[in-house]
Amino acid sequence: MRLIDWLDERLEIRKLIKVTLIDYKVPKNINFLWSFGMLLVLMFAILFISGLFLLMYYKPDSNLAFDSVNKTIMMDVSFGWLFRHVHAVGASIVFLLLYIHIARGIFYGSYKPPREVVWITGYILFVLFSATAFTGYLLPWGQMSYWAAQTITTLFEKIPFIGPDLVIWIRGDYAVADATLTRFFALHVVFLPVLIMIVMAIHLYSVRVVGSNNEDGKPIDKKKEGVPFWPVFMSKEFFVMTVFLLFFFFLVFYKFDFAMDRVNFEPANPLQTPTHIYPEWYFLAYYEVLRGFFFSQNLGLIAFALSMVLILFLPWLDKSPIVSGKNRPLFQIAFWIFILDFLVLTVLGKLPPTGLYAWIGLIASLIFFGFFISLPIIAKIEKKQLEGEKK
Amino acid sequence: MSDKKDMSRRDFLLYAIGGWAAVGAGATLYAMYKTWEPLPEVKAAGVVEFDLSLVKPGEIRVIEWRRKPVFILRRTPEMKAGCPKRTVRTSLGDFTIVIGICTHLGCIPNWESDKNIWHCPCHGGEYDACGRNIFGPPPRPLEIPPFKLNGNIIVLGEEGPEYKAMIG
Ligand code: HEM
Ligand code: FES
Repeated sequence: MRLIDWLDERLEIRKLIKVTLIDYKVPKNINFLWSFGMLLVLMFAILFISGLFLLMYYKPDSNLAFDSVNKTIMMDVSFGWLFRHVHAVGASIVFLLLYIHIARGIFYGSYKPPREVVWITGYILFVLFSATAFTGYLLPWGQMSYWAAQTITTLFEKIPFIGPDLVIWIRGDYAVADATLTRFFALHVVFLPVLIMIVMAIHLYSVRVVGSNNEDGKPIDKKKEGVPFWPVFMSKEFFVMTVFLLFFFFLVFYKFDFAMDRVNFEPANPLQTPTHIYPEWYFLAYYEVLRGFFFSQNLGLIAFALSMVLILFLPWLDKSPIVSGKNRPLFQIAFWIFILDFLVLTVLGKLPPTGLYAWIGLIASLIFFGFFISLPIIAKIEKKQLEGEKK
Repeated sequence: MSDKKDMSRRDFLLYAIGGWAAVGAGATLYAMYKTWEPLPEVKAAGVVEFDLSLVKPGEIRVIEWRRKPVFILRRTPEMKAGCPKRTVRTSLGDFTIVIGICTHLGCIPNWESDKNIWHCPCHGGEYDACGRNIFGPPPRPLEIPPFKLNGNIIVLGEEGPEYKAMIG
């Protein structure tokens, strides 16, 4: 008896494959932007495996961490440098994939009914990846690691009443110290990756229940119109993955320094702030919203918090019955302004917040929120237009 | 046993188990919360002594207290401070003693001796020789740590009369 038959009798493996992979029909009118979900699964696997091998030599102790990364892993372990570069470049590129994946969802209205749960679980994944990147960034215990953690934890101090005590509780010390390093380590290597895997499973399951969206935003007749996820969709996906991996390993071998800040090759020094502190590129836009309201620190903090959660509420902000942005000229304008604005914020995030830059930062921050305000208005206009057509 | 009685008995067991589980979950969360508090040795290392006569006029020293840098600046007349509430007076002269953490987002400002100001490298905040915020995003002056004076020895982490007079 073949192994698959033996398993099938005991685990119904054929039925499982049929239900999750073959009967899952993907629309034909999708484009390459629909390949980013599986690219993200691939990227997480790469981070998981490279992280596992870093873990074998990494030492989570403020006296040992820096050397365990920069000496042991980088110089002594055979190919240790490769695993570190893969992990650091991977952590950066995973956000590029996430942003494209999310932008695709916004443009084609993939957050609209019945895909709200897909959208919410996706948002949770984004938060979890951000938390994983933030905690992981502290681990090499360099100057940028230390001061990024110090600055971001200080933000919690501004929460009314509990703020100051909360910060000490999060750090386990009066400042970022050994206690902070070891707890961030535990979160980074166990808790957050496990949560990511669970939420990823729910995310994929929810897509299978409601089906993929498509360019026109019209639901398909599953029996007649779709193509099977396996083998048809995946055969194309493997091609995209191959191209992506070429790009990824080009970065790993030739351009890795974009993901590893020079300042971080100096060991953490709690008594000496580096001249400029800035987050990794993928957080720069939110950072610029924080600084954008330069005249009021509290306003900046509120805007910063809002800028990260607003996207979760898209299904309730945009209630237009037209799903795909392809059929929504007004929405398209708002969308492209938003994308451009996000890029402008990202660029500004690394420039000094003075003079003209400060004002552009403020305007760009306001435009960022303008997008979310425009959504209900556009939806209203579109509803009116549709009613007019019916008459 | 009647059906009704049976149901209420089940309900009772359900609530009892549920309640017991809630107590257990609460206790577990509390224990988890407590593990993240600073360790006793961290809390205990909160008092530091320093001899102010080691600082020359116009010079600034940085000492560590509760993992924070504390700036000790021995003022010179040119600094024209004029901030009695932010001045530590000793037989050696006037000192500025502040926690060297920017009140904006927690970077460490640098002393610029040509201009007699602290300049914060992160977002360009500035403080005068008294530690008062004079430019940029910082919302408040640099904080003054609790201290006590024993002659020319300063004890950080204990509140003496001079400190109480300052904050009062
Ligand atoms: C199970 C999965 C993972 C494990 C076991 C793991 C483990 C580790 C270890 C041991 C380090 C310290 C060594 C080093 O800094 O190179 C590290 C660093 C790091 N990790 Fe992870 N990691 C995992 C997943 C992730 C994910 C999903 C992300 C991002 C979304 C991420 C982002 C980072 C970052 C930004 C660093 C610092 C990179 C550097 O500058 O060297 N990790 N990780
Ligand atoms: S932290 Fe000093 S000016 Fe922002």
